[in-house]
Amino acid sequence: MKFLSRFYVGIIYFFLYIPIAVLIFFSFNESKSRTLFTGFTTKWYEKLFTNDIIISSVINTLAVALIAGIIATVLGTMAAIGISAFNRKMRELVINVSYLPIINPDIITGVSLMLLFLFLRIELGYTTLILAHIAFNVPIVIFNVLPKIGQMDKNVYNAALDLGCNRRQAFFKVMLPEIMPGVMAGLLLSITYSFDDFVVSYFTSGPTSQVLSVVIYSMTRLKVSPEINALSTIMFTVVLVVLLAVNVFEIKKEKRLLQKRTGGGSWL
Amino acid sequence: MAVKKVFAVLLALLMLALSSFTAASAEEEPYTIHVEDESYYQKFQGQGLEINVYNWGEYMANDSFNFVDVNQEFEKLTGIKVNYTLFASNEELYAKMSSGGTTYDVIIPSDYMIGRMIKDGMLQKLDFDNIPNYKYIDQEYRNKNYDPENEYSVPYFWGVVGIIYNKTMIDASEITGWDIFWDEKYADNMLMFANSRDAFAISLLDLGYSFNTTDEGELREAAAHLSEQKPLVQAYVMDEIYDKMEGGEAAFAPYYNGDAVLMMSECEDLAFYIPENTSIFVDAFCIPEEAKNKEAAEMYINFMCEPEVGAANSIFVGYSTPMTAAWELLDEDTHNNEAAYPDPELLEKLDSFATLPRETNGLVDQLWTEIIASDVGSGGWLLILLLVLLIGSSVVINAVRKSHKHKRMMD
Amino acid sequence: MVKSKYPAFPYLLFMVIFIVVPLGMVAYFAFTNLDGKFSIANIVEVANYSSVIIRSLWMALVATVISLLLGYPFAYFMARRTVHVRRTMLMLITLPMWMNFLLRTYAWMTILENNGLINRLLKLLGLGTLQLINTQGAVVLGMVYDYLPFMIIPLYTVLIKMDVSVIQAAQDLGGNPMEVFTRVILPLSVPGITTGVTMVFVPAVSTFIISRMLGGGSDLMIGDLIEMQFLGNTYNPNLGGAIAFVLMVIILFCMSVMNQFDSDKEEAEEEVVVI
Repeated sequence: MKFLSRFYVGIIYFFLYIPIAVLIFFSFNESKSRTLFTGFTTKWYEKLFTNDIIISSVINTLAVALIAGIIATVLGTMAAIGISAFNRKMRELVINVSYLPIINPDIITGVSLMLLFLFLRIELGYTTLILAHIAFNVPIVIFNVLPKIGQMDKNVYNAALDLGCNRRQAFFKVMLPEIMPGVMAGLLLSITYSFDDFVVSYFTSGPTSQVLSVVIYSMTRLKVSPEINALSTIMFTVVLVVLLAVNVFEIKKEKRLLQKRTGGGSWL
Repeated sequence: MAVKKVFAVLLALLMLALSSFTAASAEEEPYTIHVEDESYYQKFQGQGLEINVYNWGEYMANDSFNFVDVNQEFEKLTGIKVNYTLFASNEELYAKMSSGGTTYDVIIPSDYMIGRMIKDGMLQKLDFDNIPNYKYIDQEYRNKNYDPENEYSVPYFWGVVGIIYNKTMIDASEITGWDIFWDEKYADNMLMFANSRDAFAISLLDLGYSFNTTDEGELREAAAHLSEQKPLVQAYVMDEIYDKMEGGEAAFAPYYNGDAVLMMSECEDLAFYIPENTSIFVDAFCIPEEAKNKEAAEMYINFMCEPEVGAANSIFVGYSTPMTAAWELLDEDTHNNEAAYPDPELLEKLDSFATLPRETNGLVDQLWTEIIASDVGSGGWLLILLLVLLIGSSVVINAVRKSHKHKRMMD
Repeated sequence: MVKSKYPAFPYLLFMVIFIVVPLGMVAYFAFTNLDGKFSIANIVEVANYSSVIIRSLWMALVATVISLLLGYPFAYFMARRTVHVRRTMLMLITLPMWMNFLLRTYAWMTILENNGLINRLLKLLGLGTLQLINTQGAVVLGMVYDYLPFMIIPLYTVLIKMDVSVIQAAQDLGGNPMEVFTRVILPLSVPGITTGVTMVFVPAVSTFIISRMLGGGSDLMIGDLIEMQFLGNTYNPNLGGAIAFVLMVIILFCMSVMNQFDSDKEEAEEEVVVI
């Protein structure tokens, strides 16, 4: 049974990684063929670095993800705080409406936002792109912060007020740290979704604000260049390194916590 | 620990990869471009202008293969930034422009689409004082039927539609006309145009009608004919065809002669056949009505009409130039290439796509969507059946849960 | 507790403008014709494409079921490992998710093509070639591949949070492994199943890239149809709006069906946190 489960897990991982491995493998291919390996070369990576369109789109994507993520986080956190103060009916209404961008297929979100911008006669460009990203990111933030607010001990805030803080101090020094994990999670998720988004960006961006996904999409409709493979390999490596780093960080954090708990003994 | 080991291996690989960059790559002689009158191009230097250019894919020289990137050359020469984006068909161009979200400064539609856009008031008249290089455009490409006074467009490339085929997968003698696309022997071994106009043209020609017909009966017949063909088609493609034909994925496909020239140079197994009743087309530069930088756009068009630029584009893209001055800069092999520059006698007999009236366009659009979208047979009743099933199952599930709850409460 | 409702007001305004109004515009386009007058014609025209809708629903359903069948055992095995192993396994599952979705789909073209890797291998072994790409099967495969992690992660989340003592109690009370599974573990994992199914079915039914890249440009799905009407080969925003409207209704409908299974909505909200 144990062998079977290990074998099954292995098969699934194999299934998940084989296309990525193929992409990486053929990024070193001498010829442009996607299926026949003729020789080893790194020239596609060099070409990639001189490809202005791709480089500028990566910068665009990062910029949009960061800006939209940060604005969405601020807006969403404020919203979550306000929402938790609503009465039950209002709260349910707002929550249900906020759910819409999450459960709606992204093509509907993209098309609807495009129609909105056309109606308002705003030209498709950076502004519309960022607004669109904020639109689908804010609900993500809200649904990450709201539970944290719910879990918070309500009396701590009042205690801070009693002890002489004004409301602003009480918020920043008491409430914010409590909900910070939710806020951070919302921020990270927003940045991730924005970076990886294709459909919404496709409908709401213009020629001056091409994001990476849209550039990749137009590349796949043309004569194919192994530069795409090189790009995939680089993205994969970056993500792998980041995830590994996060993992190592988490493990170290846990070790420290473990030490703290078993170390001192004063309040055990 | 496992995580740390993976980390180390990756770091080593990265080092290895980076070190290989320092290895010198063979530098070829770069292709250079010279313009006659550089001073004309300095007008907007330093003003930080930008133009949005919307073009077909694989339709302008860039610096892959260490060739010259004409857009970059233009930017260097004039200081005007080019935002270059691509479309795959005239209909897509029309859709993007109709939806109104983006204003382009230069677009490159085909003849019939230019006619349509002129009728719809989507283009503005060009100021030919700003395009002195128009003098290089041959007489036979001026004042064509889609733009009789030649006020709205400047030709870029011309071409013909033909059949590109793989000699190892189908014998040349079998291809005698458009009927090969309905030959069941090659089921799943043929590709087809992914745009309505070209696809309908082939179908109409095979049925013996004109590809400029507006007769509804003929169009519906052509649509039915295309639906018949659908099971035989491996895929509907535009520029994806390059990979597929070069990779030997299909035996034959219809496409434009310029692209065929490129594909044949990449893969020796490919050849090109031009049916007698095929169409000839011209793609031309136009400036949309809402363009923001008309003069900068005109400067761009003028640049593209420099003989050396025209020649560079023609070499890279494979298409046939309407400028003799550019043609003279091409080599003997290209001059004699039957696919790139077919026999003038053949060309004389060819017709081009006319601009069709609005209702015809609407009908063709609708028929095309139906062809592409549907399987033969199923109708609206299936949808209703599905809805009923969904409602029914949800009611049943609800009822079952309620009865379970009830049972639990009773215990 | 912060009793102030004011912080939410900017968002409320934003929400109305960027969530409610756009959807209203979709409805507006759906119910008007080219001249701007009220008309049901476009909605009726959607019925012409019912085969596309059925096909999309069917393929998404198949992809969802396959993901569930593949993902559940995987999540189950993953949940039973030690913390260190689980963490690494989770990381390896989320890694493909972070790679660009288009690139991952694109990679399958290389593998499935007539001269692609699988067929080359088959030729080498002397077996004939198979038509793998440009089929509905390829599209379903692409869907399963792209969305499998979205099925595994909610299942895993629910399985590790499961109260071990309940399982042990069932075992103590004499249940064999099969009974313990079907009568204790499976029902308790239903919230994860519903989340996973939602996260696979909704994108699968509305995708347009997968069907375009792996399906050969025919065999259109709803997403392709909608895209064609706005930015593609046929420009008809009213028809596009109508199809989008029908799609929204279908999705909302499926959501409500799913909600029948999901009694605990708070737990569903928490699911979003972990992902």
